[in-house]
Amino acid sequence: MSIPYSYSFRNLWTRRLTTVLTASGMALVVFVFAATLMLAEGLRKTLVDTGSYDNVVVIRKSAQTEVQSGIDRSQAAVVETQPEIAVAGGKRLVAKEIVVLISLPKRGSGKPSNVIIRGVSATSLLMRPQVKVIEGRMPRPGSAEIMAGASIAKRFKGGGIGETLRFGMRDWTVVGIFEAGNTGFSSEIWGDVDQLMQAFRRPVYSSIIFKLRDPSEFARVKERIEGDPRLTLEAKREITFYADQSQAMAKFLRILGITLTIIFSLGAVIGAMITMYAAVANRVTEIGTLRALGFQRGSILAAFVLESLFLGLLGGVVGLFFASFMQLVTISTMNWQTFSELAFTFTLTLDIIGKSLIFSLVMGFVGGLLPAVRAARMNIVDALRAT
Amino acid sequence: MAETTPPIVAVRNLSKSYRRGQQTVPVLQDISFDIAPGEFLALMGPSGSGKSTLLNLIAGIDKADSGTITIGGVEITTLPEAELAAWRAGNVGFIFQFYNLIPVLTAFENVELPLLLTGLTRRERRDHVETVLSLVGLADRMDHYPSQLSGGQQQRVAIARAMVTDPEILVADEPTGDLDRVSAGEILALMERLVHGFGKTIIMVTHDPRAAEQAHRLLHLEKGELTDGAG
Repeated sequence: MSIPYSYSFRNLWTRRLTTVLTASGMALVVFVFAATLMLAEGLRKTLVDTGSYDNVVVIRKSAQTEVQSGIDRSQAAVVETQPEIAVAGGKRLVAKEIVVLISLPKRGSGKPSNVIIRGVSATSLLMRPQVKVIEGRMPRPGSAEIMAGASIAKRFKGGGIGETLRFGMRDWTVVGIFEAGNTGFSSEIWGDVDQLMQAFRRPVYSSIIFKLRDPSEFARVKERIEGDPRLTLEAKREITFYADQSQAMAKFLRILGITLTIIFSLGAVIGAMITMYAAVANRVTEIGTLRALGFQRGSILAAFVLESLFLGLLGGVVGLFFASFMQLVTISTMNWQTFSELAFTFTLTLDIIGKSLIFSLVMGFVGGLLPAVRAARMNIVDALRAT
Repeated sequence: MAETTPPIVAVRNLSKSYRRGQQTVPVLQDISFDIAPGEFLALMGPSGSGKSTLLNLIAGIDKADSGTITIGGVEITTLPEAELAAWRAGNVGFIFQFYNLIPVLTAFENVELPLLLTGLTRRERRDHVETVLSLVGLADRMDHYPSQLSGGQQQRVAIARAMVTDPEILVADEPTGDLDRVSAGEILALMERLVHGFGKTIIMVTHDPRAAEQAHRLLHLEKGELTDGAG
């Protein structure tokens, strides 16, 4: 049997100040680690939630995003007539949309930032149940009316209801605010597609969205659209389309965050190591006594490693506790795939909690191992003489 | 010497030296003696005479260069480290000059420590610990931490810890060295009880003449050799 856990735990409690300081160092690292993963997760979730599983996005071949895409009217007509498109209330659930980037000044700072203007059809809203008008009304077709995502209304000058925005050489009145949950649509401005095409002098659509009458028919419709010699288009499920957009940015955040935290963690590990070496040095006689009583070297090693693991875990829990408050923060940043503003929140998942705790335990283990080995290797007689 | 009962401790031709830089300093030179069961033996001698080293060798926490120590029929000088540790846990009780209690554990937990190395259940351990703590008169201080106890009380907890596994021999290194006269007297009386009442064999290193008086036999060491009472 081994030395009781309480021995390791109470020793940390006995030297509370050192414990708190060392654990704080680790907590800081875990905080940065968790926050970065939360950021990447928040971005991914926001973009992925933007799509629906049974919606298909059609864009020009090899155009990663709607902004880079162009579909002319004759091509659009071919796509519109695909038999797999769902029908609701006598209407085919298909929307030809245009996506244009414009620059708008932010509230407060007045700094310009890119915003997506989406020209939509009447069916666009039907296919996106997550989009709800929360204030005002839908823009009327054929008018210079627009509605703004909640996040736009909050953050951009002229984005609020009743205000006007000037772009495409016209003034546009915001008649509605829509909420789209935690999705990319919240950072868009929607207006009538025909009006916007005229205003921006665009002869082509950016994308065509349609709902499948049966989600399992995706492969067939994709094959037909991509195989049609008249079309130079590709079809993706909407969720895949948005998930692909988040990948590069999320990956960048993850690599940046993990690189940073690994460098920081070296500091925290060295801190833990110093603390644990000091703990071993202060308890030489104790170690000698335990060995004399018959505890094996392995038990001593385990007791000190455990102590350091506790220390790491404490840092991990504290770091996560503070990181969880980051969920209250909304970050808006450039989505480098579309060059538009995207607002998203730090998102804490069980996976991130698990990873952060494992990370903190690894720091504790690495920091505590060498001191524990020193403790375990001590000569009993020399240790007892250290009184 | 009348060989009525076999000795509990048999030391034969024991030698030990330390290396100090280039030099080899002999500490014990060809020492042989026996200790009978139930004996209370005091090892005396000036500093550096090797008495503590001898005690450590008998207690199985140090290794001899040559010679053998047989305790209760087990030749401990040839045991590998892990087995020696297991042997110590069951057969030797330690009493130190500075008590060497674990400060973060209560009196009860300190006494329980050696029992964690046995197969006893939690309840059996509790019974054992309570019995020995009553024996040393500290049943009411079980939940106190060492820092809440006086020196004499701490040494009694240490004696309880040494006794809890019911070992055959107890080794004591200056057990009264850090205590006032009254406390020292109490500790010596307690050790006397362990010998007479419980038949324990005690080997004690001491400078304290009062402690030595309590012993049945004195062994004097000088420069690593026994100077008298070698039989």
